[in-house]
Amino acid sequence: MKYDVLIIGSGGAGLTAALRAKEKGANILVVGETYPTRSQTCMAQGGINAALGNVENDSPEAHIADTLKSSGGIASERMIRQLCEDAPKSVHWLDSIGVPFSRTEDAKIAQRRLGGTSGIRACYSQDYTGLKILHTLYDQCMKEAIAFKNEYFLLDLCTENNQVTGAVFYNMRSGDTKTIHAKSIILATGGYSGLYYGYTTNTNQSTGDGIAAAFRAGARLSNMEFIQFHPTGLKNSGILISESARGAGGTLLNSHGERFVDELKPRDVVSRAIWEEMQKGEDVFLDIRHLGEAYIDENIPQERKLCLTYAGIDPVHEVIPIAPVAHYTMGGIAVDETLMSSIEGLFAVGECSNANVHGANRLGGNSLLEIVSFGRKAGENAAAFAQNVTDTITNTEQSAKTKAYIDALMEAPNEINFYQKRTRLGELCYQKAGIIKEASLLEDALHEVEAMTSQLHEMGLFDKGCTYNTNLIERIKFENTLTLAKPLLTAALKRKESRGAHFRKGYPVPDKAFEKVSICYTKKNTLIVDFKKVAS
Amino acid sequence: MKITIQRYCKHRDPHAIMAAYEVPIEECTLLEALYHIKAEVDPTLTFNSGCRSEVCGSCAMRINGKEKLACAYKLQEGDVVEPLSKVEIIKDLVVDHEAAQQTLRRVKSWLEKPAEPEQLTMEDEKRIEKQTDCILCSSCFSACPVLEVDGAFLGPFALTRAYRYTSDKRCTDEKNRIDAVQEKGVWDCTLCGECTAVCPQGIDPKNDIMMLRSKSAQYGYTDPAFANGGDDMFGGGFDPGF
Repeated sequence: MKYDVLIIGSGGAGLTAALRAKEKGANILVVGETYPTRSQTCMAQGGINAALGNVENDSPEAHIADTLKSSGGIASERMIRQLCEDAPKSVHWLDSIGVPFSRTEDAKIAQRRLGGTSGIRACYSQDYTGLKILHTLYDQCMKEAIAFKNEYFLLDLCTENNQVTGAVFYNMRSGDTKTIHAKSIILATGGYSGLYYGYTTNTNQSTGDGIAAAFRAGARLSNMEFIQFHPTGLKNSGILISESARGAGGTLLNSHGERFVDELKPRDVVSRAIWEEMQKGEDVFLDIRHLGEAYIDENIPQERKLCLTYAGIDPVHEVIPIAPVAHYTMGGIAVDETLMSSIEGLFAVGECSNANVHGANRLGGNSLLEIVSFGRKAGENAAAFAQNVTDTITNTEQSAKTKAYIDALMEAPNEINFYQKRTRLGELCYQKAGIIKEASLLEDALHEVEAMTSQLHEMGLFDKGCTYNTNLIERIKFENTLTLAKPLLTAALKRKESRGAHFRKGYPVPDKAFEKVSICYTKKNTLIVDFKKVAS
Repeated sequence: MKITIQRYCKHRDPHAIMAAYEVPIEECTLLEALYHIKAEVDPTLTFNSGCRSEVCGSCAMRINGKEKLACAYKLQEGDVVEPLSKVEIIKDLVVDHEAAQQTLRRVKSWLEKPAEPEQLTMEDEKRIEKQTDCILCSSCFSACPVLEVDGAFLGPFALTRAYRYTSDKRCTDEKNRIDAVQEKGVWDCTLCGECTAVCPQGIDPKNDIMMLRSKSAQYGYTDPAFANGGDDMFGGGFDPGF
């Protein structure tokens, strides 16, 4: 049995794609490593951009201009135009299926200003925008009787003559590997901030598993060096302290209690200023004490609660220790304007893809928009693609290969604790491939990643069980992060300029020669990184 | 700090055992302690987690008998950690949520027809704001004593979700929704409030169920305990409070 469209990932992008593909009459299945509603999407607080003009005058043109500016010249104007022009329609669609957006006094969808935008453009549901969109999408999926396989972890994609034919999964509950055949596949598996383990706002699940599987299958990746850092993660956990704390008048202080940057500058500028202080040996703190208890409890109660729970400090009386942490990955699977990757029939949408709309830096409020607007587009295009697939080729070779990989992993000696290596990889990426990148440090990091990769055969499992073996899943995830660290580090090394979220010491400004996207692929076991003008 | 965790494996006899662990961290959340044990002490310890900040609903478990999110709970000396109840345990602290989530299908927790955009007022939205904060962590399901005796009961989160949709101005078929919460639904609840007490999002399913009862009355439904002439008033699950 072959599905028309197999959707991998049950976050916002996957669920939207599923609803659209189903509407188009496709026979579909959604597979996820966790339950729908537990994905990264639920963490998005700020909002979803759409030039509705409900609060003040706005236009899709202004939205396009802001997005282009943020992208640093390496995004596709045509894709951005599609996204921004479709935005009001996407938000109205979400509204029509029941998303409880906050409202204005005159009964319109409320909007607020996020950083880097000229208009008041982000539609929101209090601080739970992602959560409420995700749950409403899930409710609609239940209404449409969409089939789910939960707690199936993606291992590999099957291809035949560069056309996707299915995917191999690990059934976490039974411990079996299972191949699911499909005429087309949509990857909606999220980003790779998890490489920065210990230094990210993301869930530990954000290990780019879909991107790594696509890369192994021969797909091209793009712009892997562009990582957005959020200036104010709590120092020891990376838990996000929202921009609203600075927006309300919170200041950043070094160990001497001195301010050192205009706190309202863009995320990358503030993150770099904090990083420079940290490099001087300073600790950096967010100070909201002067706002007063009443104001804090009324306007940013969530931030006080997070500080109490995760840092053990009360920001009404104490300064908050913070550090910039990895927040969003702009790079991912390179896709064309139909959202299809370099593998026929393999589509990618959301943070796992690079659809050339974020370029060198993502604008706040555009990620939720991308998963909904392009999620629908991916569902539609994949369904149409499947209609033209007539062959019934099923690749069983990959299933056997993947099964052998799992068997070997179960047998491998447990000489090296990969959890310690995971922590080390996080530190390494953060220290050497983070906010300010430098050739010698990137080279060091690359060598260490290669050394870790060569030790993988000694990083076996402690848990040999077949029921819900998270030791196994975490080991595979660690390997995926190593797989992705190489293109990330190599592209970062080659991009000798600073643009958007990518900052190279010694090359502090954008270089016209690099007004291009990076493309990574493997040729005869060698990693190739090319730079290519983006089709405008 | 010493804590005790219930370990569960269906391939072992007895399936469940209590295991003691020493956590050498002064101040941490339970989730951080679990990460530490898994990475440094025993990688077979199995649990779920996600966002680490109380919004994904993955890490609900019982701590000293009370449902909590592990990511939001500050570890205390002597804590006893067990998986959620009323659901099948898969391994250690991981449970199977599939059956519980089926209750959402039974109550038809969705808008049946696409609504015209921008119909809601601020007040309309506020009416469903709290209910839509639900993160589907199943804490309420685990705490519900009715589910202890009747596994077919719809349970708190599905009923809260049902109330959320019937209270949505965009809902076009309230009657169908109300019909769907009669069988093993609103009247089977004892209004004990355990669900409300454990909800990490401060949602009040007990109140939502009472609201659904009054909506049911508007559609001509009555409490079956009273409908039977009151004979089994005290056996029908509804405590009238006297």
